[in-house]
Amino acid sequence: MKGPRYAMVVDTRTCVGCAACVIGCKAENDTPDGYSRDWIHSLVAGEFPRLRMTIESRRCNHCEKAPCVSVCPTGASHVGPGGTVQVDPEKCSGCKACIAACPYGARYVDPRSGAVDKCTFCWHRLEAGKTTTSCQEICPTQSIVFGDLNDPESEVSRLLKTRKWYVLQPDAGTAPKHFYLE
Amino acid sequence: MKRRTFIRLGSAGAIGAATVSGLTTNWFGFYESRGKDPQTEGERVVPSFCELCFWKCGILVHVREGRVTKIKGNPKDPLSNGHLCPRGAGGAGILYDPDRLKKPLIRRSKRGGDAFEDVSWDAALDVVAENFERIKARWGAGALALFSHGYGGNWMKHLFRAYGSPNIAAPSYAQCRGPRDVGFDLTFGWGVGSPENTDIAHTRCLVLVGSHLGENMHNTQVQEFAQAIRRGATIIVVDPRFSVAAGKSHEWLPIRPGTDLALLLAWMHVLVEEGWYDKDYVEKYAFGFEQLQAHLRPYTPEWAYPRTGLDPEQIRRTARMMGGARPAVLVHPGRRVTWYGNDTQRSRAIAILNALLGSWGRKGGFFIPSALEIPPYEYPGYVDREVAPADRSEPSQYPLADEVLAQGLCQATIPTSLGDSRIKGWMVYGSNLPLTLPNPREVFRAVQELEFLVTVDILPSEIVGWSDVVLPESTYLERCDELLAPPWRVPYVAVRQEVVPPMYESRPGWWIARELGKRIGLPDFFPWADSMEYAKTRLEKAGLDCHTLQREGVILGAPQPIYFEEGAPAVFYTPSGKIELYSQRLAAHGFDPIPTWHDEEVEDPPPGYYRLLFGRSPVHSFGRTTNNRLLGQVMEENAVWVNRRVAEQWGLADGDRVYLQNQDGVRSSFSAPVKVTERIHPDAVYLVHGFGRKARGLSFAFGKGIDDAELITRYKTDPIMGGTGMNVNYVTFLRPSQVEPASGETGTVDTAAQSSGETGMMGEKTTPGGGAAATGTAGGEVTA
Repeated sequence: MKGPRYAMVVDTRTCVGCAACVIGCKAENDTPDGYSRDWIHSLVAGEFPRLRMTIESRRCNHCEKAPCVSVCPTGASHVGPGGTVQVDPEKCSGCKACIAACPYGARYVDPRSGAVDKCTFCWHRLEAGKTTTSCQEICPTQSIVFGDLNDPESEVSRLLKTRKWYVLQPDAGTAPKHFYLE
Repeated sequence: MKRRTFIRLGSAGAIGAATVSGLTTNWFGFYESRGKDPQTEGERVVPSFCELCFWKCGILVHVREGRVTKIKGNPKDPLSNGHLCPRGAGGAGILYDPDRLKKPLIRRSKRGGDAFEDVSWDAALDVVAENFERIKARWGAGALALFSHGYGGNWMKHLFRAYGSPNIAAPSYAQCRGPRDVGFDLTFGWGVGSPENTDIAHTRCLVLVGSHLGENMHNTQVQEFAQAIRRGATIIVVDPRFSVAAGKSHEWLPIRPGTDLALLLAWMHVLVEEGWYDKDYVEKYAFGFEQLQAHLRPYTPEWAYPRTGLDPEQIRRTARMMGGARPAVLVHPGRRVTWYGNDTQRSRAIAILNALLGSWGRKGGFFIPSALEIPPYEYPGYVDREVAPADRSEPSQYPLADEVLAQGLCQATIPTSLGDSRIKGWMVYGSNLPLTLPNPREVFRAVQELEFLVTVDILPSEIVGWSDVVLPESTYLERCDELLAPPWRVPYVAVRQEVVPPMYESRPGWWIARELGKRIGLPDFFPWADSMEYAKTRLEKAGLDCHTLQREGVILGAPQPIYFEEGAPAVFYTPSGKIELYSQRLAAHGFDPIPTWHDEEVEDPPPGYYRLLFGRSPVHSFGRTTNNRLLGQVMEENAVWVNRRVAEQWGLADGDRVYLQNQDGVRSSFSAPVKVTERIHPDAVYLVHGFGRKARGLSFAFGKGIDDAELITRYKTDPIMGGTGMNVNYVTFLRPSQVEPASGETGTVDTAAQSSGETGMMGEKTTPGGGAAATGTAGGEVTA
């Protein structure tokens, strides 16, 4: 029997890019001023008046083949429970090798600790028995879904089966577990 | 490589701890002890409702070691449904704003000067009470005016009614939603209220005319917008700007600014001529269809084309989409509709269009709301009705205004050639008039004429700097307020309660109103010990338990039928008792009884100028939140949206800083970066409202971006109800090298103050903090 394999799915069709996920994360996770674990990325294509816009709520992709983990010299960046990618601030030397290796720009050095920080999939909430991340909980359009890819009944599995999706920079070969619905 | 700037919110520019000053990097104070758990889960979780905007969503506030750590949606609340917009999630940024007003202040210099003295509450309230009594004795109670925005203002309104002044105005009427409410009331006999009775969740076709849902984050509407998208609803968006909603639409109509009424008439023409309208509904409920049909005949899509710039085929196609989806179709009434001065008629056209589609009272259109009846507190009778409001020069002016006009009270404060001013004193509650009313120069002119100005506020906003007395109010997280029981899908009542005790020497609005009331001989109007006792008394009369409400945050009433087909009463409070396609009330007052296009009402920008449009960002509520450091991290400054081709003509690159100067030669006090984008009509530029703050006490927001309000020196007043159409100003670009003296932006503020004929334009105060350098851009959009 396989354990859980956690992933996140964001529906770009309904996401309005309001950044409730960003503020909600900052409040939930007490991230430092000027930095955040998640952010909004908008892409506009075309010329006035024939335009298309895609809005993405972005964060750490919790990659299966995480380059941040393989480059980390101290083992601070590691594959944690449920296949999530985590950072142990006690072990982090702040060398920033992982920041250079991450193709998604998902990491920063927390100026308070000198250690690297990033999205944990709200691991402290899961440990406390909650089933949602804070970005998912707050999201007014309910465009963010967190869940277990190994559970065929989970909402993330169902969405990935029934909707067209993409991942960011698939050619980076990182096998991200953060999906965007078209 | 852009990784670093991606993670730094607001993308380009330095947004480190240096600019996010005032709070340490340790936001909540638990960093040292937290380990892997950020320790933000509350030891106590207190339900209340939000005040970051005026939608009033139910919240759950987490408190740990006496500090508010995080704010979540209350799942039991029918407005938030457990989810919040970014502003609601960022409420702690107001509570812990280091720039907050901390003590009562009395000005010790000429008005507009910056010398304030900290005083005791007794001393401040005594001065206010003396002035209220003096003004009443010399000029009558009607010489005192209240400008109010925000839920705590209810206590001040109560005080004014007891005092005897009818001059109680909210800029949210004549500067915002007023024309819409009058337009719908004339048609259906109902305003749409707030929260609006729009059934977005169930619509099959949502039409947004200038309404930018998703940027305007009225929570429930945005939740329902997402539900509508999920259900496969057709989305049609009319906007000169490719808004977020336009990005979700099936049809975007990039209309030439100012011509929406022409489009609405052409849509109605197609519906009627091609027979798409709801004949049964119109026959049963509507009055004046024959007149409407005859009236619409000339308004073909081809007629609309040269006016709107929209393809006639797209006009036909979208009209048919609406007709095919009826009655589950919703042409959204919008929120701030004070655009061009013909706004009541445009809102009427939207209402009539909905009537033709049979959407009022229908699932997926407009539901019929119901409210919980909570009896009022027993007071002696108000005496304000004995005096006529001073907002109109004569009763026949703006005959269909059904609330007091804020701009009218401002004008009544200025003496005219015909005589003395009628307003001598102001109380301003939570309403920063220089950013709220059009033409701030008129506001400052009025302020200079005042005998007395008292402000009740949380932050040292611009109007605070002009006040004689400043009363620091507690934030919504530190106070209990009036009960909330708005008409909605389900009747309910919500409570706002004190989550943490008031910080500094701030006091809740109810306390301020009561203490003033006692001092001016009105103790009978304030018999309650505190606002919770007041709430409890009212709840008991309604048979509701206050403790349950305090524990749950909301109590739901029994669901009522909300659609005609469910048995909701089809009642229209109009003279004919029907939906008035032809308005007898408008005809009686000499206005167009059916909306009529007048070519002379729309004009082109002068060469080299662009129509100034303004709107909202999802992370801010006007200027009320631009100093909020949690929200300001995401959007610290606004940007001037400029069409790419226009930018090329001007040689402007993305991120170049510009000043804006309007058709009257008025220049913005500060500069902002240009956002070169395909997303805006070449005839217009766009700004998010609320930036370019000039109050130095706002140490985070000061000097960042451009304030649209100071460029709105012209406005077109709606002759029907006195709304101030503000989208009638044109701006051009100035390079910093054309503007800035060697001393930088501080110098330009002084220049602007001189050019507007005022002295001491700066609303300065004794609170600490100087201006931070304006860096960074608004949003991280990438164009491919």
